[in-house]
Amino acid sequence: MNNKRSQIVSFSIIIILYAVLEILLKTGNLSSLFSSLLIPVCCYMAAAIGLNLNVGISGELNLGQAGFMSIGAFTGICVSGMLSGVISNGVIRLVTAMIVGMILAGVFGILIGIPTLKLSGDYLAIVTLAFGEIIKSLVTNLYLGMDSRGLHFSFVQNKVSLEPGGKMLLNGAMGATGTERIASFTAGVILVLICLAFVYNLMDSGSGRAIMAARDNRIAASSIGIDVTRTKMLAFVVSAGMAGAAGALYGLSFSTLEPRKFDFNLSIMILVYVVLGGLGNMTGTLIATMLLVTLPQMLRGLSDFRMLIYAIVLIAMMLITNNEKVKIFIEKMRLRRKEKGAGNGEN
Amino acid sequence: MGKTDDPVLKVEGLGIDFGGLTAVNDFSLTVYPNEIRGLIGPNGAGKTTVFNMLTKVYDPSRGTIIFDGKDTSGMTEVEINRAGIARTFQNIRLFSGMTVLDNVRAGMNGVITYGNLSAVLRLPSFRKQEKEIRERSVELLEIFGLKDDMDLLAGNLPYGAQRRLEMARAMATGPKLLLLDEPAAGMNPQETEELMDMVRSIRDRFDISILLIEHDMQLVMGICEKITVLNYGMVLSEGTPSEIQNDPQVIKAYLGD
Ligand SMILES: Nc1ncnc2c1ncn2[C@@H]1O[C@H](COP(=O)(O)OP(=O)(O)OP(=O)(O)O)[C@@H](O)[C@H]1O
Ligand SMILES: [Mg+2]
Repeated sequence: MNNKRSQIVSFSIIIILYAVLEILLKTGNLSSLFSSLLIPVCCYMAAAIGLNLNVGISGELNLGQAGFMSIGAFTGICVSGMLSGVISNGVIRLVTAMIVGMILAGVFGILIGIPTLKLSGDYLAIVTLAFGEIIKSLVTNLYLGMDSRGLHFSFVQNKVSLEPGGKMLLNGAMGATGTERIASFTAGVILVLICLAFVYNLMDSGSGRAIMAARDNRIAASSIGIDVTRTKMLAFVVSAGMAGAAGALYGLSFSTLEPRKFDFNLSIMILVYVVLGGLGNMTGTLIATMLLVTLPQMLRGLSDFRMLIYAIVLIAMMLITNNEKVKIFIEKMRLRRKEKGAGNGEN
Repeated sequence: MGKTDDPVLKVEGLGIDFGGLTAVNDFSLTVYPNEIRGLIGPNGAGKTTVFNMLTKVYDPSRGTIIFDGKDTSGMTEVEINRAGIARTFQNIRLFSGMTVLDNVRAGMNGVITYGNLSAVLRLPSFRKQEKEIRERSVELLEIFGLKDDMDLLAGNLPYGAQRRLEMARAMATGPKLLLLDEPAAGMNPQETEELMDMVRSIRDRFDISILLIEHDMQLVMGICEKITVLNYGMVLSEGTPSEIQNDPQVIKAYLGD
């Protein structure tokens, strides 16, 4: 029940911010720099929420979230491009692209998880690290085109010969070009809300308890009939799927997108949002993502103090969200409130 | 309690080697329904190792384990629990980052039939089953005297309460056989006294068999109908408390020579 409060906080933050930003946007009071950040921030948030389930709640280190975003992004772009003649409604196309991106990223998650999650130890970190790099070089070398005969792909430049009227969907290192930008801020906010609700509700269910039990004590979890590999797999695949959907939205918000955008740095950046926001703390993840993406831009004017302030915010956030003393304090406050509540009930 | 019943557990010739070391050898044990059986022996005798083999944490090198009429060879830890063996650990293994209530609820995952999608969408099937699980968990916490602490993190409980929570969690899986590894370790005499009543009352209430390892002789002699003594990985003696207390071999093993 204690989680209810933090859940309400995180939903409120998103909805209020959305309302404010949307008004600023509609009245033309948002700088173009800021408005260009809106959709990416939503995408990072969704990917970070998923990753927090995987890293914070399930306790496995995942260094390849960018790889799953990449799969989602380029799958999404291709799906949208392929459907552009069939479905004219941008929203339906966007949703379809995000769902396909999510599913494909999830399938890759299963393929990676099967051999890796059986083992205890940091194998997932190593494998996802390699996975991110492999996906990047695969997409960097992938040429994919479509014409009336269907899809054609090659890993060699200019080997894709298309009929007149056909179009290239992916162009190797150049990635996707001429993408129709069907993503919207509203879609981003809805994605974040869905991911939040999904993770909160999953955590407060049998599977959520199994995931946490397997994290806290593998042997004890097995002794009460919890299939540790399966629960770790669930967290990992959900995380991958959320990154996939986020990636698709991200990809469809730019007219051009290069595969190298989804590199190791991005994986680490999302991991930083999760760690700084607090492992298992979804509200913290949201705030960390928001601050860390927008802060460097906001501080641009104060060039001399920029890095200093940035560093101070980072340290402050780490202390607040991950500090044992702060956690104990919050726990105490919670119990006190509860006791008060119970006392009132009796009177 | 009748010996005419089929045994719940029938172990024969059980043994395990760790490299060159034979930790347990030719261990046999028969436990009947509703029995409270003690397993004692000096430090390092192999008692915990027997539990680890019964629950498949270790795969036995030799011997058979028949539980509830079924051969358990090839079963995993998870399957053993689903079949009806639950345990506690000598070095407490709680889910310390979870609440006391959630520790017990985690033990009830085996009965859940709703899918993850119903959970995420909070469908009626989910709500109904979660309500039942919560009610049953609170009931168990009440039996083990932990109801008032159910919102605390398990890791913040005092030692004795942690041991009781491990028992409650094991009971949440609905076992036929409960294995307790030194349940009274670290408890004061009063807590030990309460624990003995608790062990008896859950045996009666849930109609289960209990196999317990314990160094506290007052506890073992007080609640076990029969005791098996292990020494150097082998069964040294078996009998009623008074038979064991007067067995010269047992006395020698304990006092040393
Ligand atoms: N995984 C293992 N690898 C190697 N040796 C082991 C392993 N587990 C147990 N042993 C050895 O097996 C022997 C029996 O250990 P066990 O823990 O079963 O004793 P115990 O009877 O439970 O003792 P205590 O009363 O101290 O708990 C010991 O010599 C121990 O070192
Ligand atoms: Mg032991």
